[in-house]
Amino acid sequence: MKYLDEFREGGSTRALADLLAKRVRGRWSIMEVCGGQTHSIVKYGIDRMLPPGLELLHGPGCPVCVTPVEMIDRAHAVAQQPGVIFCSFGDMLRVPGSHGDLLSLKARGCDIRIVYSPLDALKLAVGRPDRQVVFFAIGFETTAPANAMAAWMAKRQNLSNFSLLVSQVLVPPMISAILQSPGNRVQAFLGPGHVCTVMGTREYDPIASHYKVPIVITGFEPVDLLSGILQAVAQLEEGRAVVENAYGRVVAPAGNPSGRALISEVFEGCDRKWRGLGIIPKSGLRLRHEYREQDAERRFDLQTVETAESPECISGQILRGLKKPVDCAAFGKTCRPEAPLGATMVSAEGACAAYYAYGRHREKEEPCTT
Amino acid sequence: MVEVKRENDILMGKVDFTGVAKRVCLDLVPEVAPGEYVLVHVGFALARIDATEAARVFKILEELCQLGELEVPSE
Repeated sequence: MKYLDEFREGGSTRALADLLAKRVRGRWSIMEVCGGQTHSIVKYGIDRMLPPGLELLHGPGCPVCVTPVEMIDRAHAVAQQPGVIFCSFGDMLRVPGSHGDLLSLKARGCDIRIVYSPLDALKLAVGRPDRQVVFFAIGFETTAPANAMAAWMAKRQNLSNFSLLVSQVLVPPMISAILQSPGNRVQAFLGPGHVCTVMGTREYDPIASHYKVPIVITGFEPVDLLSGILQAVAQLEEGRAVVENAYGRVVAPAGNPSGRALISEVFEGCDRKWRGLGIIPKSGLRLRHEYREQDAERRFDLQTVETAESPECISGQILRGLKKPVDCAAFGKTCRPEAPLGATMVSAEGACAAYYAYGRHREKEEPCTT
Repeated sequence: MVEVKRENDILMGKVDFTGVAKRVCLDLVPEVAPGEYVLVHVGFALARIDATEAARVFKILEELCQLGELEVPSE
């Protein structure tokens, strides 16, 4: 497909990797923010094309991974209410809460449905006025306009049987939290291409200048990733720390103003807990008071139960770039995609799941000789 | 993007994903025209693809090849 194939093409990818090898002088650790970037890096072996001394750290930009267990437990509580149709993106169904996942709840007879878009859940609510339809509104800024649009339309249509269970998170506070964390190793970021498609690049300027860290907004294909890495390395070697855009075909500096306006109309900032990272101040979105009728947490009486993560799991350190999946004793053994212990294994875009999917758990025992 | 239409005050359209067509909300990119490429996420088009920007990295690679800083990509 146009705008995809040429960005996956081997010749250009190798040329960029050669260029990088020629230009790198220092030793640098760069974090890619998005789970989609991590997945692509491991899939195409981008990390193995890099010259010695240049390391990629895998960030916490997978929304499924960082949704806290308590929120998944709340989803279970809602889905078990009589008369509820609980709708979710497919990849949330396999994520374990305190008592199993939504898929097993579905197998036990709860009406849980996979939807492609929040608008599909809204359509379902219009067609089933006898049922309460609840949409699990998780995601980063990329997904926020879609979830906001569903709430906005439901309010406008006076739909009394549609609500959202919101677990929206934001990238800039998370990046700041990583940079402030003790032992931080991140020297530059590959910024989140699709988040910036909505939000634009300007909210990253103060972070780059305050922490003196280069941030290069980057896409998801091999050519995109290597272009982003090249620009980040150039800044590091020249001692610069600004925001640059290496994903110009999609990201405009102002982002999508209509999308941002929709987010502001429906949501407001709040503190959020991240799986593996804990509470990050002002790192989330919740529905505004005007949209309380669309808020599933107000509509249903939900108890909050604090849950403990597996003590074996090191996902918190992986999400901060302090450790790699292969550093974990449980990786590929007691922790696998079908029985995940924590955040970075629960979704296909998590760093541990990506390493597992492309066979790196096997290399742990039999080191790759190539 | 192959088709634009207004449904209940919302701009919708049909997008062809290499053979699979889906209904997509175009309200956030109202200026889009059939034949253009869009970035779609959970049923919403979020951006039009900028052809000039897309060509930029390949132009730079070509220039570097001409300057002799890189070998011509073999594929």
